[in-house]
Amino acid sequence: MTAGTLQHGPSQGDGLDLTAAGTWTAEHARSLEPLIDAATRGHDKFSRIVFDATRITQLDTYGAWLIERTLRVWTSRGAEARLVGLPATYGNLFQKVRTGKQALTPLKHKPTGPIATLESVGRTMVAVTSDLTTIFQMAGQLVMAFLSVCAHPWRFRFTSLINHLERVCWHAVPIIILITFLIGAIIAQQGIFHFRTFGADIYVVDMVGVLVLRELGVLIVCIMIAGRSGSAYTAELGSMKMREEVDALRTMGFDPIEVLVLPRILALIIAVPILTFIGCMAALYGGGLVSWLYGGIDPKIFMSRLHESINMKTFAVGMIKAPFMALIIGLVACMEGMQVKGSAESLGAKTTDSVVKSIFLVIVIDGLFAVFFAAVGI
Amino acid sequence: MVARGEPVIKVRDLKVDFASRRVLNGVDLDLKRGEILGFVGASGAGKSVLTRTIIGLLPFREGTIEVLGTDLGKASLKERQAVDRRWGVLFQQGALFSSLTSGKNVEFPIREYLRLSPKLTTEIAISKLEMVGLKPDVYRNYPSELSGGMIKRVALARALALDPEILFLDEPTSGLDPISAAEFDHLLLTLQETLGISVFMVTHDLDSLHRTCDRIAVLGDGKIIEAGTMEVVQASQHPWLKSYFHGERAHSDFHVPIKGRRVTERRA
Repeated sequence: MTAGTLQHGPSQGDGLDLTAAGTWTAEHARSLEPLIDAATRGHDKFSRIVFDATRITQLDTYGAWLIERTLRVWTSRGAEARLVGLPATYGNLFQKVRTGKQALTPLKHKPTGPIATLESVGRTMVAVTSDLTTIFQMAGQLVMAFLSVCAHPWRFRFTSLINHLERVCWHAVPIIILITFLIGAIIAQQGIFHFRTFGADIYVVDMVGVLVLRELGVLIVCIMIAGRSGSAYTAELGSMKMREEVDALRTMGFDPIEVLVLPRILALIIAVPILTFIGCMAALYGGGLVSWLYGGIDPKIFMSRLHESINMKTFAVGMIKAPFMALIIGLVACMEGMQVKGSAESLGAKTTDSVVKSIFLVIVIDGLFAVFFAAVGI
Repeated sequence: MVARGEPVIKVRDLKVDFASRRVLNGVDLDLKRGEILGFVGASGAGKSVLTRTIIGLLPFREGTIEVLGTDLGKASLKERQAVDRRWGVLFQQGALFSSLTSGKNVEFPIREYLRLSPKLTTEIAISKLEMVGLKPDVYRNYPSELSGGMIKRVALARALALDPEILFLDEPTSGLDPISAAEFDHLLLTLQETLGISVFMVTHDLDSLHRTCDRIAVLGDGKIIEAGTMEVVQASQHPWLKSYFHGERAHSDFHVPIKGRRVTERRA
């Protein structure tokens, strides 16, 4: 099938004859559009247009629209445009296309410049504040749900808690061990490499011990959990929100916070300390192994040095932070999940937000704890 | 071009297995050019399986599927794509891309296949939206902002975007109120008349069957148990069909004119 054509007939005075022929269909729309443009451009002097469609062999909505567009352009210029000889089989089709108005209400122009920048900064600040409010709201609802469950313990979803524990705790053990082991090994290697220059190899044990138990163990675990379980929570709750499952729960008289959020956050609060402990041990093991193989520090010496450099307080400082960080990861994840709107895009955006915000807040909280412990002198 | 009345889809002896269970066992089915074929059957009889097999979403074990002269079992990727362009599919839930506006949803196949100027692409998309009875401003709405009926219409506009020759509809009126459903049927009839499309419609809606379909095919026990005009299918002695048309909910023949009958009356 050859592409359609459009010929300009001999112009008589202020009249123009356009003769269309051939296939005016979707496949050829690409080559037909320039023909239409050429026929409407630079012919301002005409006031009577006759569009002859007698020789069109095939027409679909694309061709019909192109013809209609030509006629509309001429009519809008005040000319008299007529279509003649359209094969009867295409009459209905053409009428259908013709009834379209194509009138979009014009979009409001987006303002630019310094005012717009200020406005967007303002909007971001408002969004941050409202985010904080929502987190506190969520925390409040969680406490209420927790108290009501304490009052009626049989309402607590124990099965759900165990299920989530399996997923966020048990299934996370291998990856947590691997990552913290490597981090411990890397710290020890770097320490030995640099301390060796002034003969202080042995202090590597102090460094690894204190750093891992106080700060790194819990931080690494929390970042991993925020990425691994926080994102899963957001995606789960978000898709339940999208499919109106959350609304269904509400109409049956259940509190979604109690049914969905409480078991998830409790599971995290139990899981993160356990994982932190496992992670710390793996990191110390990694550090000890590297100190022995790379730094030549005998395991016995490593252990006795470790006993001297750390005490129960060092360990407790790390562990005490774990449940608070778990709480913040869970709160952020569930809050973002509950805010998902209808589209797949919003689910993706909220999941990203959840991970970014919870990692940020975990680090902020770590900083606050550091200030607190310094003030009380631990 | 195939003349009117010639089959555009020819399914012969189609067998489809689903996890070692045979769902379709020798299905023969024709869709003729320019007709609306209603496709009914009990839930779980394999209607969706047959539709999804024809449009290529499920593999089949034996038999042939010929669409617009192309044997889909033997077609190369390129031939397949050529066929994909010539049909449109309306999924039950609309299946609109939720991250795109309605307009961009309709433009999507146009942009991918035809590479027109942005201006023409937009104009065609708006024209399609208007053709399915929507206001042009719907162009800028996201699917999540639309009602169920509007989503179906936008999805229909998207299915019609490339001016297909065959239209697959999966329960187009399910989830619509009776008035919207009737409007949808009416819209389908006008579109089929103006654009000359062949329509393959899976439906449970008796009213819709009466109003729109030229022919009805009935699936049961993995086979086509009856196919023909409304009168033929209604007269069938098959137990499922008897309860389908003459059971408790089969009130339709009292108030909805049968399409064929209406046409003959008009001619007379």
